[in-house]
Amino acid sequence: MTKLTDLNIASARDGLNAGDFSAAELAEAYIQAMEAGRDLNAYITESPEVALERARQSDDRRAKGDNLGAMEGIPIAMKDLFCTEGVLTTAGSHILDGFVPPYESTVSANLRSAGAVMLGKANLDEFAMGSANITSYYGNVKNPWSVNAGKDLVPGGSSGGSAAAVSGGLAMAATGTDTGGSIRQPASFCGIVGLKPTYGRCSRWGVVAFASSLDQAGPMTQTVQDAAIMLGAMAGHDPKDSTSAPIDLPDFEAAITGDVSGLTIGIPKEYKMDGMDAEIVALWDKGVEWLKSKGCTIKDISLPHTKYALATYYIVAPAEASANLARYDGVRYGLRVPGESLDDMYMNTRGEGFGDEVQRRILIGTYALSSGYYDAYYIKAQKVRTLISNDFKAAFADVDAILTPTAPSAAFGIGENQDDPVAMYLNDVFTVPTSLAGLPGISVPAGLSSAGLPLGLQLIGKAFDEGTLLNVASALEDAAAFNFKPGKEG
Amino acid sequence: MSLDKDTVKQIAYLARMRVADEKLEPLAGELSSILDWIEQLQELDTDGVEPMASVSDVTLPQRKDAVTDGNCQSAVLQNAPDPEDGFYTVPKVVE
Repeated sequence: MTKLTDLNIASARDGLNAGDFSAAELAEAYIQAMEAGRDLNAYITESPEVALERARQSDDRRAKGDNLGAMEGIPIAMKDLFCTEGVLTTAGSHILDGFVPPYESTVSANLRSAGAVMLGKANLDEFAMGSANITSYYGNVKNPWSVNAGKDLVPGGSSGGSAAAVSGGLAMAATGTDTGGSIRQPASFCGIVGLKPTYGRCSRWGVVAFASSLDQAGPMTQTVQDAAIMLGAMAGHDPKDSTSAPIDLPDFEAAITGDVSGLTIGIPKEYKMDGMDAEIVALWDKGVEWLKSKGCTIKDISLPHTKYALATYYIVAPAEASANLARYDGVRYGLRVPGESLDDMYMNTRGEGFGDEVQRRILIGTYALSSGYYDAYYIKAQKVRTLISNDFKAAFADVDAILTPTAPSAAFGIGENQDDPVAMYLNDVFTVPTSLAGLPGISVPAGLSSAGLPLGLQLIGKAFDEGTLLNVASALEDAAAFNFKPGKEG
Repeated sequence: MSLDKDTVKQIAYLARMRVADEKLEPLAGELSSILDWIEQLQELDTDGVEPMASVSDVTLPQRKDAVTDGNCQSAVLQNAPDPEDGFYTVPKVVE
């Protein structure tokens, strides 16, 4: 029999249904893998007792013949940005020291009611701000593919712990959140599938907020089919989040038919940037050929405001972050650093509690929103955002999905690209426009770099059309036949 | 757009965030380079463009103005750094 930790959601579901193993056995196998894989630092908090308890409850439901959920008995990692009742929630920050939520986020609650088994809380960049998982108060996460490279590599970010856990076999799947690429870019760096759904598809209630008009939760999985199964369990309307879309959920798994013939795929010329890595261009060309071979029509399109997306993002996201993070004041939860006056206490707590990158973004955001600069920065950025969104609307009149690279490079070494914040921000050049427009995007592992590291391709879909997106992604996955694992020859 | 040390100190105060004096100079450099880079947006003509307020076309839902939750004082205070008699505490603010 295959090792339990080699299974994915779909194959584990089959095994559980056939009675080949129990949810408790599955949980135990992953708890052992999680302990053996501690060198990756993928988890901030391991919760083996929670996992075993939920696995036993799942086995009980099955034994009693109760209705079973879509994620019944599936062991997952929860990004430590989701509030989990009774389990430490840190957002990767010192400022949330000791914070144990008395409530459960809607997404984690949905997964729990679908039968999922939480193994622990996955590491991340502090407050999800970063593209390399090097800003966590709880230390850097290592990419499992480091073994192939012979040096420690970043897993990408901000959902780096989630990506490393799935890629390294320390979780069958994981939740991530994506504000400018934080699901897709680490998925690409770690050779897994990462789906950012349409803004409003998953509830943001109980997710530590970074930039509220951009944040969206999504699945990080080994296969496209798994992403469809997990999205169905996470998503849905939630009255507690006023931006959660009040629309019915389609059956995402059933949308994967394997037939994509007749669909039109757009190739945006603005994503072919000067000085782009030749390997990335070659992989993108391959992606075009693969989808052609599956019967898709390829069409050149233009998204003329693409080059302004990153600069727009780095006003909008820090502005919203500076407002959202105002709540960390040392009064109601988390870290308190005493001071002589109230102002003093605020300043001491926030000065000590936030790391360098978070402070940098709070300062940029505070400046962009400050009196006299608001129109020049924030309003200007929101206008450009409208233009970027209109670009996509025009393009989607003619195409069903858009194909681009996910990231401009493969995973880089821990410590590289760290001196210049703007150079680090360029990691998200292909993912940020989608986020600004609120559209769904998925990264599918598509090939290896010459150094033997995974590279992903991104597909972008129409709003609330994750079904078509997943179907095309599945065709791409099938054609790419990426079956490499870290530390092994494929 | 170039920020000097004093401006960074002022922004840090607006954000109620203590920044060590020796960090002000390097931060001024980093923030200035980020703002320089953002400056590229100014080359774009956005006259008559509506600033985006929301990516979704969904209008904000309304609900009855009724109490839906409450009576959970201990849960609310559970994570407070230094609660007293059912209240949060802060340094004295009124002389």
